[in-house]
Amino acid sequence: MPTTRRQFLSLAGSLTAAGTIPIVTLRPVEATPPMLNTAIRNVVGEAQIRTGKIKLDIPPLVENGNTVPLTVSVASPMTDADYVKSIHVFNEKNPQPNIGNFHLGPSSGRAQVSTRIRLADSQKVVAIARLSDDTFWQVAADVVVTLAACTEEMN
Amino acid sequence: MAALINVPAKAKRGEIIEIRTLTSHIMETGFRHTAAGALVPRDIITSFTCRYNGTEIFRADLFPAIAANPYLSFFTVAKDSGKFEFEWIGDNGYSSTASVSILVE
Repeated sequence: MPTTRRQFLSLAGSLTAAGTIPIVTLRPVEATPPMLNTAIRNVVGEAQIRTGKIKLDIPPLVENGNTVPLTVSVASPMTDADYVKSIHVFNEKNPQPNIGNFHLGPSSGRAQVSTRIRLADSQKVVAIARLSDDTFWQVAADVVVTLAACTEEMN
Repeated sequence: MAALINVPAKAKRGEIIEIRTLTSHIMETGFRHTAAGALVPRDIITSFTCRYNGTEIFRADLFPAIAANPYLSFFTVAKDSGKFEFEWIGDNGYSSTASVSILVE
C-alpha cells in the first residue's frame, strides 16, 4: 500500500517530536564560566544553591543589548518570619559578571524588582535570591542579543 | 538631576504599592574606547536607596551592566502617610535626591 500524504506527515511529525523533546529536556547543566562562578560565590559563600522559588522575566531575544528589561520575582509571603533578604543578578559574558544587588525586607510586601540592563553578547543571565533563613535560590535564562552593548566604540 | 518618580498619591493602609523610579544618568561603563583608542573612564551610579519616613525599605548596588538612565521598580507596604526619599550615589562624587509624599488612609 502506498503511503498517503497524511500518514507520511503524521509519521514525520511524531519523529520530529520524539527527536527534539529529549534535546530540550535533557540538556545538561551548563558549566558556569569562572568569572560568573566567582561572582556568585562572593555573594553566596559555600552555601548550597537550589533552583526554584525565583522567577526571571527577560526577553529571550533582544535586538538592542543596551537596554534589556528584566524583572525578578520570588515566591515569598514577605512576613517578618519569612522574607527575601536580597536578589542578586549576574551575567555570563559582559566584561563584569555583576549586574545588580537588590536589598529587600519584610516591609517590601512583594519580592519583585524590575530594571533595565545591558548585555554585551548572547548569554545566560542568572538571578539568585537570599531568603531570611539564608537559603539561596537560583534561576537562569538564556538571552540572544543581536546588537551588543557595553564595549562598542564611542562616537 | 532630573528624576521621574511614580508612587500612588493615596493608598489604603496595608496595601502593597509599586514604586517606580527613573533618573537621568549616562552610566558610562568604563569598558568603551573612543575612536582614538583611549578608554572612556567609568561614570556610573553605584548605589540607590529608598527611605520611607526615615526607614530604609529598598537599596540597590548598581554595576556598569545597568542600562543608562537607571530604571528601578520595587514594592512596599503602605503603612503611614509621609514621605519617600530617594538617593542616588555614584562615581565622581555624584549624588542626587528626590522625595515624594503619600497619603495613607
